[in-house]
Amino acid sequence: MNTLKNKNKMQLVCPAGNLPALKIAVDNGADAVYIGFKDDTNARHFAGLNFNEKRSREGIEYAHQRGCKVYLAINTYPQASGWIRWKQAVDLAAKLKFDALIAADIGVLDYASTEYPDLRLHLSVQGSATNVESIRFFHENFAIKRVVLPRVLSLKQVEQVSQSSPVPLEVFGFGSLCVMVEGRCLLSSYVTGQSPNTFGACSPASAVEWRNTESGLQTRLNNILIDQYNDDEPAAYPTLCKGRFKVGSKTFYAIEEPTSLNTIALLPELQVMGIAAIKIEGRQRSPAYVKQVTQVWRAALDACEINSQDYAPQEQWLQTLHSVSEGRSTTLGAYHRPWQ
Amino acid sequence: MFEFYKSIANSQIDIVYLGETVCSKRKLLRRDDWLDIAHQLKAAGKEVVLSSMTLIEANSELASLKSLCKNNEFMVEANDMSAVQLLKGKSFVTGPAINIYNPSSLKVLVNYGLKRWVLPVELSRDALADMQTAKPDDIETEVIVYGRLPLAYSARCFTARSHNLPKDDCQYRCLDYPDGLLLSTQEKQQFLVLNGIQTQSARTTNLISVMNELMDLKVNIFRINPFANHTPKIIDIFYKTLHQNYDINKANQALQGLMPAGGSCNGFWYGDSGMDLHCLDEKSA
Repeated sequence: MNTLKNKNKMQLVCPAGNLPALKIAVDNGADAVYIGFKDDTNARHFAGLNFNEKRSREGIEYAHQRGCKVYLAINTYPQASGWIRWKQAVDLAAKLKFDALIAADIGVLDYASTEYPDLRLHLSVQGSATNVESIRFFHENFAIKRVVLPRVLSLKQVEQVSQSSPVPLEVFGFGSLCVMVEGRCLLSSYVTGQSPNTFGACSPASAVEWRNTESGLQTRLNNILIDQYNDDEPAAYPTLCKGRFKVGSKTFYAIEEPTSLNTIALLPELQVMGIAAIKIEGRQRSPAYVKQVTQVWRAALDACEINSQDYAPQEQWLQTLHSVSEGRSTTLGAYHRPWQ
Repeated sequence: MFEFYKSIANSQIDIVYLGETVCSKRKLLRRDDWLDIAHQLKAAGKEVVLSSMTLIEANSELASLKSLCKNNEFMVEANDMSAVQLLKGKSFVTGPAINIYNPSSLKVLVNYGLKRWVLPVELSRDALADMQTAKPDDIETEVIVYGRLPLAYSARCFTARSHNLPKDDCQYRCLDYPDGLLLSTQEKQQFLVLNGIQTQSARTTNLISVMNELMDLKVNIFRINPFANHTPKIIDIFYKTLHQNYDINKANQALQGLMPAGGSCNGFWYGDSGMDLHCLDEKSA
């Protein structure tokens, strides 16, 4: 039915928090790998994670020799006092010849597009562009070549954006789910003083406390009780939007359950829309995660490309993805209207 | 609703931002009603700015935004980059959810027509000071000095969720909570407030104790995020503090008496957790 449109080949974009993860992503079929430097210029600013100049160079060389692209995320929001760090990161990105720079801040995009017109720019999910007019702003001003859409749009809304966007779209396929529109969520800095925008981390580990009490295991973030667990309940990392809170007389996951996004069932629809790339979340996860998830998504994208009409996610793929999901559960998130 | 704006028209406030910024379904007033209120406020000597939606997803929302941005009578507050794009070449204001974190970003938007910007919610005194040094003189700076803080926006309606309703059949439950629906921790600590798809702080931000610093930093406009009750009184307290040398400790005490549940905070100003509260006598420390 869609034989002509189905020629769209979607790219698989995988996360890497270190060189072993990058190599594993490349070896298992990623079309592109995205990484960050070892500081607050990227939104996975975690201890022991990310790349210095030497490792970046090795990663790019390894990937390029195998036909895989490497993108660099400089996707946090610098303030005047830290501006030099973001500027130097952009300079280094250009010097190392990354295949694309994923950025969010208007100032960073302005600097990169002015100083390095040949450096390909993608608008990060942190850029918070959820509609075509926002995308036009970044396209007209900084000649961005791709947009990563926030995880707040329904499938129909993604389709609407894809029909009029001046640049191709990248959408999230799998991984930890942000419930709030990215780039405009300040919950973490309200509680801890550090947010994805300012520091490159949400609910940072330095603010986390696991406390054994008579009423069970408590998870706290800067002393705010995020959740507490009975002995038979598995405890989750206290991402602050995924705790159990009281609203009225009910105590429940008032914002969202600990769960991961999984859109593997939607691949044929995304392909028909002309989506350019599927992004896998998880630079903070282990090389083992990267291997499992890359393998599954490579197989799924290949199967969808060969025959999208008969495409259906295999049971084994779903089991693998469940096993590495937050809370061992997955959701279609905002893509599926009833979730909203 | 109309009574509220009548009381605002009679208050000492200089500027009123009007319109729905959170949910496109919440059509409590029609466009013409808003314009009527705008004209009444203008007749009362207020500057009126029309605020736009923060999270723009559906084509229908984009269409409403386009029509709002086409008006030639009132300045528009952009709360999403789509509005900035549609307002190119006109004078406009950016609201607190437009990420202007550094002078370079501000410069790009000034070239687009920005005349006034609101300091993003999580930025501190130090960040503001750097921006004030770098910005062009004719660009106005506005800071939220009072009210609940807008912290996040989602596709999901949390008010509907708390009533076990899907967003598409929300039954407008948010209208039952004019000051939002309180979310507490399991220790009963008042934590956040659910306002449909928006999440706010349960604590009321209150910068009355640093009004002198704000003036030293040449902040042009002080924003009060309104509550359903007491807003004219709150305006009056700030007005007297700014223009009539009203004692700041007395002003602070008066404000404490008007605050809803949750207490107050000012942590973002000091570069700390937003929910922190620094007391008056700590500020020189």
